[in-house]
Amino acid sequence: MSKEVILEVKNLQTHFTTKRGTSKAVDGIDFTLHKGETLGIVGESGCGKSITSLSILRLIPSPPGKIAGGEVLFKGRNLVELPESEMRKLRGNEISMIFQEPMTSLNPVLPVGEQIAEAIRLHQKLNKKEAAKKAVEMLRLVGIPSPEKRAKQEPFQLSGGMRQRVMIAMALSCNPEVLIADEPTTALDVTIQAQILRLMKELQERLGMGVILITHDLGVVAETCDKVAVMYAGNIVEHATTETLFETPLHPYTQGLLASLPKIDEDQEELYTIEGNVPSAFNMPSGCRFASRCPLATNLCREYKPELIEHESGSKVRCWVYSNKWQEQEVVV
Amino acid sequence: MINVQEQKVLLEVQNLKQYFPVKREKLLQPKLSVKAVDDISFTLREGETLSIVGESGCGKSTTGRAILRLDEPTAGKVVYNGKNILELSKKDLRTLRGDLQVIFQDPFASLNPRQTIQQILSEAMSIQNSVQKELRKDRMRELMHLVGLPEEALSRHPHEFSGGQRQRIGIARALAVNPKLIICDEAVSALDVSIQAQILNLLKRLQRQLNLTFLFISHDLSVVRHISDRVMVMYLGKVVEIAPKHALFDQPTHPYTRALLSSIPVPNPKVQTERILLSGDVPSPINPPSGCRFHTRCPFATELCSSKEPETVEVQNGHYVACHYANDFFSA
Repeated sequence: MSKEVILEVKNLQTHFTTKRGTSKAVDGIDFTLHKGETLGIVGESGCGKSITSLSILRLIPSPPGKIAGGEVLFKGRNLVELPESEMRKLRGNEISMIFQEPMTSLNPVLPVGEQIAEAIRLHQKLNKKEAAKKAVEMLRLVGIPSPEKRAKQEPFQLSGGMRQRVMIAMALSCNPEVLIADEPTTALDVTIQAQILRLMKELQERLGMGVILITHDLGVVAETCDKVAVMYAGNIVEHATTETLFETPLHPYTQGLLASLPKIDEDQEELYTIEGNVPSAFNMPSGCRFASRCPLATNLCREYKPELIEHESGSKVRCWVYSNKWQEQEVVV
Repeated sequence: MINVQEQKVLLEVQNLKQYFPVKREKLLQPKLSVKAVDDISFTLREGETLSIVGESGCGKSTTGRAILRLDEPTAGKVVYNGKNILELSKKDLRTLRGDLQVIFQDPFASLNPRQTIQQILSEAMSIQNSVQKELRKDRMRELMHLVGLPEEALSRHPHEFSGGQRQRIGIARALAVNPKLIICDEAVSALDVSIQAQILNLLKRLQRQLNLTFLFISHDLSVVRHISDRVMVMYLGKVVEIAPKHALFDQPTHPYTRALLSSIPVPNPKVQTERILLSGDVPSPINPPSGCRFHTRCPFATELCSSKEPETVEVQNGHYVACHYANDFFSA
């Protein structure tokens, strides 16, 4: 894998201010994305994974949302400080995004070919005819049969899988260097999901872009990602290569998450469960955010927040268990 | 796991059809209908969990709704306790619904936001008259305990609970009338994995404690593998395969079942699944393909498949497959 870094997120913080107080939806996360690489961001509802992706493209509704700190470095530029006009040139051109539900992201009364052509003309110097031709080409690239005919159809005339292919065609029409896919296959059936994942992989290999895949499905992560960031309550709690993460998960949350999945090839009488619920975003504990649900938690965990530290396996983990303090503490107790 | 064959039959579905009329686009166009469920038969035995799996539009939810007569089925029989549910009067049907309950995917949409949990539960009890008035308070506390919620929850409203807790309330409401059969329609699909595990454990425990029978409708095959005794696979309104869980997952026989199972992403990067990638989409149920409905996407289809509808054959004890080449595929 080439090691050229194309996107670097440093200490990104996104806060939402409401009547109930400030919610730190994303509270200081760091990661880098290399060319041709797929990074998975996983976590359960409300962990901040979608807010992270929206923050990168500065699509956070403001107010109430605000990027409160940190940097998003793309080709030497800090996107957080870029003027809106520059950001517009970048979105959909150098960094594109696909969402979970294509029906809400597509214009329902415009033929899909025209919608793709519109995106092309916005960023490239092509006339109407050339853009329309390129749109048909893109539809062919994503495997839509008889693309000339389909380009003239409106979104409701296409099936769910077909609409998601249109979204991918649109996202890739300007050869982006980074593609952010937010739950791209969650609304699709498994057989269609398999088609779309295969397509994304093929296109990535051909076009060499970096992909950030946001999902709650650990199966999808295992199959498509090179490395994974596990998020919990606005923080990255573990960051590892896909293989290491599934083989030796370190953080108790990651371990719990993997253990609570029903296995397709094994009988279990009872599933492992993580007791309790995620703490409220308005009332985050001062210590480790997972402490209230963690079977290993001690007073150290409840009082002090752990840093993301490097483990000997090469993974990074935010947990006191892997620090020197853990041993000292045992002596005290 | 229980030995399903020995249990008594609780519910029998025979040749059930559910067609929905489609609005005509032109005046003289022939009348069209969506054949959502087209001639399916199966039995449910006491204490077992039968799952229906399949992709969107295969008719799995419609089957559940038809059994409860939430939609009026077009034809067929649903026999419960020797009576055909489809012929019952409105009044008898209402009584019967005490035995047959349902849990839906989105608990928030199926709970009245203006009622407290206590009101929700007591309404269910008074409609079915399942518990004497004086005893209802105690029963409610018992129900909260059964589904793992604190008693204080009774005085609160649905919006005060998280998704997993709301699903527990949905389960408590279903249990309030002492049902025999619960139809779980994508009951855990909207939940995060850690919460999903809690609810699945709860359902399994309740089944043991109360000898419940589940008809579990889901598109998630790992969940189905975990909870079921038997599994039924549907495609475009037809049953393509029905078998005990282990037989189905270890020896899937119908080409569609095989493709479906091979499409599941496995949460283990070391496992390389040999994927049978189906081309194209599911055809329209308004005008389904002739012969075997899967023949347009089946990698093994022959001429026979496009002309003649396959019979259902029993390839092994309790393992039924609707495919012309079932026996060849089974031994292969």
